[in-house]
Amino acid sequence: MAGDTHSNAEHNTEVGIPAEEHGAGFPPFDSTTYASQILWLALTFGVFYWIMKNVAVPRIAGILEDRKDRIAGDLAEANRLKQETDEAIAAYEQALSEARAKAHGIASETREKLKADQDARREKAEAELSEKLAAAEKHIAGVKSEALGQIEEIAGDTASALVEALVGRAPAKTDLTKALKSAMN
Amino acid sequence: MANDPIHQFQIQKIFPIEVGGMDLSFTNSSLFMVLTVASAAAFLIFTTSGRGLIPSRAQSMSEMAYEFVAGMLRSSAGTEGMRFFPLVFSLFMFVLVANLLGMFPYFFTVTSHIIVTFALAMLVIGTVTIYGLMRHGTKFFHLFAPSGVPPVLLLIVAPIEVVSFLSRPISLSVRLFANMLAGHITLKVFAGFIVSMGAAGGLSAVGAILPLGMTVALTALEFLVAFLQAYVFTVLTCMYLNDALHPSH
Repeated sequence: MAGDTHSNAEHNTEVGIPAEEHGAGFPPFDSTTYASQILWLALTFGVFYWIMKNVAVPRIAGILEDRKDRIAGDLAEANRLKQETDEAIAAYEQALSEARAKAHGIASETREKLKADQDARREKAEAELSEKLAAAEKHIAGVKSEALGQIEEIAGDTASALVEALVGRAPAKTDLTKALKSAMN
Repeated sequence: MANDPIHQFQIQKIFPIEVGGMDLSFTNSSLFMVLTVASAAAFLIFTTSGRGLIPSRAQSMSEMAYEFVAGMLRSSAGTEGMRFFPLVFSLFMFVLVANLLGMFPYFFTVTSHIIVTFALAMLVIGTVTIYGLMRHGTKFFHLFAPSGVPPVLLLIVAPIEVVSFLSRPISLSVRLFANMLAGHITLKVFAGFIVSMGAAGGLSAVGAILPLGMTVALTALEFLVAFLQAYVFTVLTCMYLNDALHPSH
């Protein structure tokens, strides 16, 4: 297209309307404009690159970085708080189980103590009772033997009186005792 | 002027400047380069001036552009490639904003000129070559001799690799240029049909609804192309930069 420039430019065939002055035909292939385009592209793109590199890119990167840090920080904070909560729960549960164990200890200790106390008192009471019982038994035995001794005497007397009344004379003391003994056994 | 589809690509001098016989005039193209750079820089700077932890809608757009390009660069050139981020981001924003500005009626499309896209492509290839040679020395030429290829095949593979390397700036620049040029011409031609058919009157004027529908559809397509070509240009830039970083692959 750039080759057959002038004839084409003067009669633009595509729409059938005579074209205005085009200079050198198809504009993108007009090399007379290249120097100016390259210069202005270099200037504008250079300035744009400088702005991007020194202002826009660091700023956006900073914003994104801040956001990432903030999110990471918030997540870390949430994790920390959760850990703290877990620790508090664990501590609470430990304290609770300790208290329960302690209460259990106190209860059983008290029970033991009471039981020991009771046992001691009961033993004391039992000992006293058995002592009293022994004393009573001893007393009864004493009274009984005394009574039994008197019975022998009374029986001797009675037997002697009976024999005297029957025979008319009192039996000898030794005979009487012998007879009584055989009779009582 | 009205119906000439090529007229929109005309370079017009605004301030004629001539240095040593070379025409360095400030033209409509220069004006739109300035507009592109000014609007892109202003958008990126003003939307992020709040540095909001919770971004506003506009700030979100700037962040999205940043993360979009960062994602592209990181996935094709790795974390090491992030050293080129300002360049890649500048290229993407420049091409994208230039393409989008071109969508305004009566606006000049900077990227519809081969010399502009070629200069940008040469910037990329120049960066790749210079950085590659500085960093890897002669090992950079391993790019042309892939590892694991038998020596006999290398006689065929190496020239192919060289040609493919040399054609990169051409394909990179022509792709962008041709897409923008062809899109704008098509749009203008269909829009021209509406006017000429409408002017003819009668049934033909009623039929003008067809090119109108076509123009609407093409406009949507052109917005897609404007974004897509900026994306393609940037993706390829990232891949070429990867070669500079890891030439043995």
